[in-house]
Amino acid sequence: MLWNAILLSLREIKRNVLRSFLTTLGIVIGVGAVITMVTIGGGATAQVGEQIASMGSNLLMVSPGKRLGPGQTSGTVPFKVKDAEAIARDISYVAAVAPVSSQSVKAIFGNQNWSTMVTGSNNQYFRVTNRSIGVGRPFSDSELRSGAAVCVIGETVRKKLFGGQDPMGERIRLQKISCEVIGLLDGKGQSTMGTDQDDIVLIPLLTLQRRITGNQDVALIQVSVRQGTSTEKVQQDIERLLRERRHLSPSDDNNFNVMDMKEIAKMLTGTTQLLTALLTAVAAVSLLVGGIGIMNIMLVSVTERTREIGIRLAIGALEREVLMQFLVEAVVLSSFGGLIGIVLALISSLWLAAVLHVPFIFNAGIVFIAFLFSAAVGVIFGYFPALKAARLDPIEALRHE
Amino acid sequence: MKTDNVIDTNGEDRRRLIEFRGVTKIYGAGHSSMEALRGVDLRVDEGEFVAIMGPSGSGKSTCMNILGCLDTPTAGTYMFTDVEVGQLNRNQRALLRRHYQGFVFQGYNLLSRTSALENVELPLIYRGAPAGERRTRALEALETVGLKGWESHTPGELSGGEQQRVAIARAIVTGPAVLLADEPTGNLDTARSREIMELLTSLNYKRGITIIMVTHERDMAAYAKRIIHFRDGLIASDEQNGRDR
Repeated sequence: MLWNAILLSLREIKRNVLRSFLTTLGIVIGVGAVITMVTIGGGATAQVGEQIASMGSNLLMVSPGKRLGPGQTSGTVPFKVKDAEAIARDISYVAAVAPVSSQSVKAIFGNQNWSTMVTGSNNQYFRVTNRSIGVGRPFSDSELRSGAAVCVIGETVRKKLFGGQDPMGERIRLQKISCEVIGLLDGKGQSTMGTDQDDIVLIPLLTLQRRITGNQDVALIQVSVRQGTSTEKVQQDIERLLRERRHLSPSDDNNFNVMDMKEIAKMLTGTTQLLTALLTAVAAVSLLVGGIGIMNIMLVSVTERTREIGIRLAIGALEREVLMQFLVEAVVLSSFGGLIGIVLALISSLWLAAVLHVPFIFNAGIVFIAFLFSAAVGVIFGYFPALKAARLDPIEALRHE
Repeated sequence: MKTDNVIDTNGEDRRRLIEFRGVTKIYGAGHSSMEALRGVDLRVDEGEFVAIMGPSGSGKSTCMNILGCLDTPTAGTYMFTDVEVGQLNRNQRALLRRHYQGFVFQGYNLLSRTSALENVELPLIYRGAPAGERRTRALEALETVGLKGWESHTPGELSGGEQQRVAIARAIVTGPAVLLADEPTGNLDTARSREIMELLTSLNYKRGITIIMVTHERDMAAYAKRIIHFRDGLIASDEQNGRDR
């Protein structure tokens, strides 16, 4: 009986291919969008984790403010270079310490200009961030100490300002200062947050403080822990040292933050996951709308086929058999939509993954759930029209024109 | 030969199939209520071929709906074999229709865009017959009504007479105890009508299928063995048809 009902509904769908397709379009889009969002979101999350892992698990980020989040720290006491020096001097098992501050500026060379990020730090920066200089040299001690106008530029900046020209020894303009290019960073590509890590101009910290930001602040201290030692131990030591240096009484909370990569990873993947969940919720709404579309068409179909229902009832069909027929039809329709949606989602996920440089991770679970959900939509929204059909009075239905 | 009581004339040798005892049907309530049947007594035995006639509003359609278990009496009892139909619920009446009754309508009422074979198979689907048996029996029924070779045609590709034959095949494919025909020739010209009536007559004669038919036309009623006239919700006359066939 069920198999018959399925065959029957397939025949009904075939009779009205265009209408069936339009009916199920809502489900197609809903299922497609949900799966695409989850797949791409999952890929992005995995990528964040992977990139953080590639940065090394031995990195600690020390930032002022109670919580670390992008663009925080109003009203908190900033760090100074002395804090970074103290960490390097007083904490054991520390491999490198890089105080970092940055500001976005417009870099100008000749008639080319490019808005970029200028970062002030020291030579430890290369070690801590796992980057190397491809051409040229790092800063010399005297340049760092005197705050000389020299810079190391990233691949993107080179391309934008110099094109095919050799940048070495040329002078680029950063606000009021004119900086000699002494080195070129090796390319690193996009970061976890989707920013271009090669869109960077690196200058000595002192140069940045004196001539660009105009203050002594250090926005961030990056600490690289020696291989084979516990980051937790170093984390605690840094916390103790900084509490002392910032004169915090035992009852005070930390007004700074020492995070290891695990915590940063958690925070970043948390953001990605939240975003994914929001987008998925929006997509799920379209599934609901799709369900209402199915109900609408099923109601029209019941009215159109009133006579047919009358015939079936007169021949001896039971209420539940008519109910089943229409319910199966709704479910077959919505499941079809689900299947098409799955195919579309896989295609669009593959495409989006390629465009967004995110790994494509096939999530069988969500495909299965989305399919079940589309079938459930058929049951839920098909039930009312089916009930309407089953409850028809056969005499009235047979008279229906 | 006019009689008020069929039992007297037919004796007890034939088995009773249908019996109305004081069947009343009232539509609506209060002042707007309408009495369609006003205490009808009627008995139909197995193997009979009954024509029901009467002007519109005489109650013959209501009688047919009750006979077909599509409607139930307001008062009185309707016995189908030894089952009191008034006591059955909607589903039980559907099952009764499924297993014991076949329907032929004025407007054919075939499923459109569905082949003749599939139309005839429909009642067997609800009976849960396996596909092979369904096909064999449907083909047999189509052959009986003279439509061998027309199995794959849809109603749209068939003439009115042919459509009515498919409808008759659908009605008899289950081997029902009674065939209920509601103006089966109402939409057909005289020649086609005669063909249909001849088919019904032969089904009654050769297969012993009990037939109850509502008709407007005296010519068509003449094919039946017994003619009942309805007037104002009551049986006005009930006579055996003397015509020798």
